Amino acid sequence: MANLARKRILTVMGIQGILIAFVVFMVIFALASPKFLSLDNLQSVVRSSAILGVMALGVTFVVISGNLDLSVGSMMSFSTIVVLDLHDKLGPSLAIPTMYLMTLGLGGTIGFLVGYLRLNSLIVTLGMLSAIHGLTLTYSGGKNMDIDDKAGTWFSFFGQGEILGLPVPIILFVALAAFLGVLLAKTPFGRKVYAVGGNSTAASFSGIPRARTVFTCYLISAFCVATAGLIQASRSMGSQNTVGQGLELEVLAAVILGGASLLGGSGTVLKTVIGVLILGFIQNGLLLIGWPFYIQYVITWIIIILAVWLDISVKRGKFWATI
Amino acid sequence: MNSEFIKRNLSTSAIWLFIAVELIFFSVAGQYLSLTDVAFMDGGNMLLLLKQSAPIGIIAVGMTIVMVNGNIDLSVGAIFAMAGIILLDSLSWSIFSGIGDWVIVVSVLLALTTGVLLGALNGLIVWKTGVDAFIVTLGSMLGYRGLVFMFNGENPTSNLNWTLVDLAEARFLGVHTATWVFGLTVLIVWLITRYTVHGRNAYAIGDNRNAAVNAGIRVGPHMLINFALIGFLAALSAVVFYAGSGSVNPNDGMLYELWVITAVVLGGTKLAGGSGSIIGTLGGVIAIQLLRTGLGYIGADTSTVNLVLGLILIVVLFIDRQLNVKGAQELKV
Repeated sequence: MANLARKRILTVMGIQGILIAFVVFMVIFALASPKFLSLDNLQSVVRSSAILGVMALGVTFVVISGNLDLSVGSMMSFSTIVVLDLHDKLGPSLAIPTMYLMTLGLGGTIGFLVGYLRLNSLIVTLGMLSAIHGLTLTYSGGKNMDIDDKAGTWFSFFGQGEILGLPVPIILFVALAAFLGVLLAKTPFGRKVYAVGGNSTAASFSGIPRARTVFTCYLISAFCVATAGLIQASRSMGSQNTVGQGLELEVLAAVILGGASLLGGSGTVLKTVIGVLILGFIQNGLLLIGWPFYIQYVITWIIIILAVWLDISVKRGKFWATI
Repeated sequence: MNSEFIKRNLSTSAIWLFIAVELIFFSVAGQYLSLTDVAFMDGGNMLLLLKQSAPIGIIAVGMTIVMVNGNIDLSVGAIFAMAGIILLDSLSWSIFSGIGDWVIVVSVLLALTTGVLLGALNGLIVWKTGVDAFIVTLGSMLGYRGLVFMFNGENPTSNLNWTLVDLAEARFLGVHTATWVFGLTVLIVWLITRYTVHGRNAYAIGDNRNAAVNAGIRVGPHMLINFALIGFLAALSAVVFYAGSGSVNPNDGMLYELWVITAVVLGGTKLAGGSGSIIGTLGGVIAIQLLRTGLGYIGADTSTVNLVLGLILIVVLFIDRQLNVKGAQELKV
């Protein structure tokens, strides 16, 4: 009886553990700092998490389909640099679609290599991380990119603008999350993504086009990366070549924190959003109570391992692995 | 049978063929493009190349045995920085002030111990919780980096000990200290993988974990040892690197994990585990350093190095997949 109850508690913790952790953190920080739950503060957290969040949405698709994407960081640098450069050459209304097309081209290349040629996604995207970084440096000649006329352009709208009092990055993040959430949960395509990630062979035998599904997932990821690059470029109106460096692993941490399994086949858009917000709120909460920023790294480390550990110990029915 | 033999030899010696092609290409291209009169295959040039490849190379040797074992370690860059900080900072701790230059020995031992402990902590978590090594070390990559920052905030840790610098710059039989350390590391770990029970079990576990468990191999302790080993080697790499430079930035070693994995994969080690060799990794490390040095020699940008390296990694993967069935398997994470 007690055993059964314990098992049930474990199951609930396993499914909703990340939500519980989220609430616990919010309560702790709210008690520690009165400013934490103010509307201004909440808004600023979401705004600063928007870039990471938008990228994490795309990576969620890739991870659910059973692959990895380590190239999103350098791809984001690429799209930021390209859109800033083209802004002065072509004007914003042409620069933005061109940048999206170029980034989608990169995503398509990865999708082709991983989907159709069936190469290992970790190594392909590791190679692309390096190659795209080289491409960015070649494109910019190693120089920082800046928009010449910062005041006389509407380009700053995506990173600094507001609609009805809500910052545009938040609106982009929420809209993209809603759209991709529906795409993943409610459409035949979304079910194919889960099927391919859950069991690639079974999916193939059921007539699901594995290659095309994986390819599309990488296109979605590239689209999200381009959007993140747009927000970044528009917010700072100038950028270094290495603006996205190291983001790939932080994005992956957010996705895993949200409960997506690296084996593929599980995870949701909403949980990824929660993973992103947890990272954002930890960072913000620690700043508010006056701790240095690097404590968040240590706390993120502990949370990631506890979250995944809890998840798999529920699946195997006991805490400690027997190997 | 015969084609099997050819395939196996092709996939193991491919990296050396590639190195030969690089040497010939840069020698010939250098005749027309190089800005200096020194030949590319000049002895001093090659010795310097080996010295420069040592820091990444030493870690790559450890990564090989971890990947052969079916795991991966993304935290090596952070361990590298942490060990570097311990090394340089402990040189000036007042409790060691009475022992003169013997403090170097103590500091090096402290740095290496730090590496072993951080590595072993990764291994212990992987063993006891059963969480995949990719996730565990992704987390500790962040966590250990946090520890690095805790030590001295965002300030660099600097300490120039001239005896230590002399040791780092010394040459024995014309070869730099760093190269000796790298060479010895390759030799010792190669011997471990070839001639010890632990080495063979590491291959067995990586090849088929369930079979290894059924055969009575204790999987967990072997993984723990390998993680401690890579932690030790990351610290050793830091000792070699910072002995000469004398200053650690808290962001040092970032992206080292990716460079190291690139070298190991170029050397023919499979992510799925169970196959790979230390000698292949040595080839991978040298190939990458040749590419960097060579492209610089013929006057290409550093950006070209990244571009070419990334593309080569993908091409190697593609060729390898055609030659080798095990490489075609999905990453088991």
